[in-house]
Amino acid sequence: MELFRLKNTVNFMSYRKIAMVFSALLMIASVVSLATNKLNFGLDFTGGTLIEVGFPQAADLEMLRGVMSENGFDDAKVQFYGSSRDVVIRLGLRDDVKAEMLGNEVLDILQNATGDAVDMRRIEFVGASVGDELAEQGGLAMLTALICILIYVAFRFEWRFAVGSVVALFHDVLLTLGLFSVLQLEFDLTVLAAILAVIGYSLNDTIVVSDRIRENFRKIRESNAEEIINISLTQTLSRTFITSITTLLVLAALFFQGGALIHGFATALLFGVFVGTYSSIYVASLVALSLGISKEDLIPEVIEKEGADQEAMMP
Amino acid sequence: MLNKYPLWKTLMVAMIVALGALYALPNIYGEAPAVQVSGLRGVEANAATLDTIKAQLQQNNLTFDSIALENGQVLTRFKNTEDQLKARDVLDDSLGNKFSVALNLTPNTPDWLASIGGTPMKLGLDLSGGVSFLMEVNMQAAINKAQEGMVSDFRGDLRNEKIRYRSVKETKDAVQVIFRKVEDLEAGESLLKKRYRDLLLTTDEDKLTLTAKMTDQKLKEVREYALQQNITIIRNRVNELGVAEPLVQRQGQKHIVIELPGVQDTAKAKEILNATATIEFRLVDTEGDLSQALNGRIPANAILLTDKDGKPTLLKKRVMLTGDHITDAKSGFDEYSRPEVNISLDSAGGSKMSSGTKSNIGQPMATVFIEYKATDRKDAEGNIIFEKVEEIISVATIQARLGKSFRITGAGSASEAHNLALLLRAGALIAPITIVEERTVGPTLGAENVRLGFEAIMMGFGLVFIFMMIYYRAFGVVANLALGANLILIVGIMSMIPGATLTLPGMAGIVLTVGMAVDANVLIFERIREEIREGKTIQQSIHQGYEAAISTIVDANITTLIAALILFAIGTGPVKGFAVTLSIGILTSMFTSVVVSRSIVNVVWGGKRLDKISI
Repeated sequence: MELFRLKNTVNFMSYRKIAMVFSALLMIASVVSLATNKLNFGLDFTGGTLIEVGFPQAADLEMLRGVMSENGFDDAKVQFYGSSRDVVIRLGLRDDVKAEMLGNEVLDILQNATGDAVDMRRIEFVGASVGDELAEQGGLAMLTALICILIYVAFRFEWRFAVGSVVALFHDVLLTLGLFSVLQLEFDLTVLAAILAVIGYSLNDTIVVSDRIRENFRKIRESNAEEIINISLTQTLSRTFITSITTLLVLAALFFQGGALIHGFATALLFGVFVGTYSSIYVASLVALSLGISKEDLIPEVIEKEGADQEAMMP
Repeated sequence: MLNKYPLWKTLMVAMIVALGALYALPNIYGEAPAVQVSGLRGVEANAATLDTIKAQLQQNNLTFDSIALENGQVLTRFKNTEDQLKARDVLDDSLGNKFSVALNLTPNTPDWLASIGGTPMKLGLDLSGGVSFLMEVNMQAAINKAQEGMVSDFRGDLRNEKIRYRSVKETKDAVQVIFRKVEDLEAGESLLKKRYRDLLLTTDEDKLTLTAKMTDQKLKEVREYALQQNITIIRNRVNELGVAEPLVQRQGQKHIVIELPGVQDTAKAKEILNATATIEFRLVDTEGDLSQALNGRIPANAILLTDKDGKPTLLKKRVMLTGDHITDAKSGFDEYSRPEVNISLDSAGGSKMSSGTKSNIGQPMATVFIEYKATDRKDAEGNIIFEKVEEIISVATIQARLGKSFRITGAGSASEAHNLALLLRAGALIAPITIVEERTVGPTLGAENVRLGFEAIMMGFGLVFIFMMIYYRAFGVVANLALGANLILIVGIMSMIPGATLTLPGMAGIVLTVGMAVDANVLIFERIREEIREGKTIQQSIHQGYEAAISTIVDANITTLIAALILFAIGTGPVKGFAVTLSIGILTSMFTSVVVSRSIVNVVWGGKRLDKISI
């Protein structure tokens, strides 16, 4: 079976103005949303206490809210989690000395109020200093990842490709963050992990395309850069889509089957893979083209033998 | 010939996959409920303990599958959890407070598999249920305490050398000595310089002051010591909790991670972790009548305490020295190679000890371990009631007047001496710790996470399987076989690496790997199709397809690996689990999708004359 039996080269680059405007608009929208709506940071980053309890039947949120404020927890946020029998209660940081005992206290209150009908599913407490450190480390990790990748790609390809792929990554990360900001989805550690995985995935795509562009620059004589990029994108289009389909298939399985804890993770990846596919076609090659990639830049690199890595990988 | 591997190469690939399968095997045997009995405070479970346990179980008509003594612990396996729970209660009652009795799940791995190191994957707390704490050591307190020690040491040193000073006091990050005369300042400086090489001394002759600051090296040592000491103490306390396979580990410069699988009552765990333990030295009351005291007539100036074997001793009520003066305790051997414990005290403790022992040479002295243990009872306000437990850990005869450092012999075996040293150190906590993070996962959520994760993996795998088979037909089957080998290798390697734990995000990582691993095969197959379209022969196309795609595959995977490794470096707990499975998945998928799939292709189609191929 074949989905894309393309006889002629698709002129991808003819749409580049539209793509540029489209990406620019989305990126601006993301930045605006991040600046105004901010991210809905989860417990991992803000600190505080979270208690998840399960009920035998659908829970009565109003009653629970009443119980919480009666006991002096006016700031408690009580919400369903995944299903109507699962309830999550969030409490902000307090100056109490015994902050770490808060979770147990709330659990006792709930058990008293409901006659022991609740089942403790999870209690999380994160102190203020931990959250701050994590936010710092998380930002640092993303930056380090981008820099390391920039160095690797520049070393393996050419600086124009490196800049192109890092711009594409930045684009993907920004849009994913934008989505979380616009929809006010909770941004926790697993989402951060998902975004790093998006970086990995998007790069994977970009490299496959860049690799083909490099190969075609060497193989095809007398052709301008735009034409070669079009040919390369057409040749890899089938692979780009098939891989996206298989990845989206497993992510859909994760989204629908993985449970509420994994939802944010799956959402970030689903969206990230989607924009990653788009960006590897448009953003990365477009940036390389705009930076003036040409045949001459890639010719001297022929010293490297194709498939040289295979010997090393053999057992 | 094209597309033919030499036989050894094909066999090698098959062997690697088989090895992966072998080590993945323990995961399908499941686990059996067990009770684990381990000794507390220096006591080790031995053959006698094993016999006691056997006798107790038989008395109560509890049948067990097997019982074994391993690493100073007795592990008894049961058929079902009902017997396991009953046995726990029976043993907890009969073995008393010398042993900790913990519920455990032990893998049902067959002996032959276990003997070659086969174990199932370790599950993270989000899958097994339990609690993890992150504790922070208050380093400022440790440094302050070290400075306090410096103040009293300086006073003692200057007084001994008869150098007059006006005052010795702590400033923000240093200790300042003010002298009366320049000569005293100089004498003081040369004395302290000789004695404390790890301090930076500066003098001001106009103000007659000497300032002593700890060097960076010394500060680092102080911090390191505070962290290590806290880890030791926490390990000790965690053992009291009766948790099978607890984990106490340092994380970074000032944090300690504690993982307690299966613990649900976190309130009790927290109280115990925050509880205090201390040491006291008391003289033995040799005049009082022990038998009368046992009948309830304890002399007014004495107390009656027992040691770990229940042997009673009458002690003087007056405490000679408390444990907070202990600065260090090490175990070693004396000149007759008997085990001993060397104890160092701060100066104040030294002078107390000196005056306390001066007139009591030849008298026995007891070391008492005091601990506040959480009980199951609660007071009116719902706070857990603590019980003060005092126990004699050693009685030794005072041989000479004791000073700042002395030793205790007669504490028993070398390992008991080691444990005593550990307890003595634990008695003087130099830096308080606080819980800065807690994550508790209930057993129902844990089990649900396992089920959901497993279903997601199966569903993802199934969808990709069907898709590949439809899209690439025969070659799709090859890709699917490679994918299956990939899953087996991931599970096998995860089981083999001791530190690797499977978490819920880790399972998500496996799902993601399944989706992304076929990418390499898609790349290859698309390339083969292209080559065929260009009119090359089938064999040439297959060869070209694999050869041309490899450098792309390696490049694409290495970059993902970079992201995964960075995640591994910063992540903790579940997220680290994701980084681990993702990294392993990337490496195994490169092997399976390139080498394993090629081997299959070579065996099936290699070297044959083909006009058509199902791709």
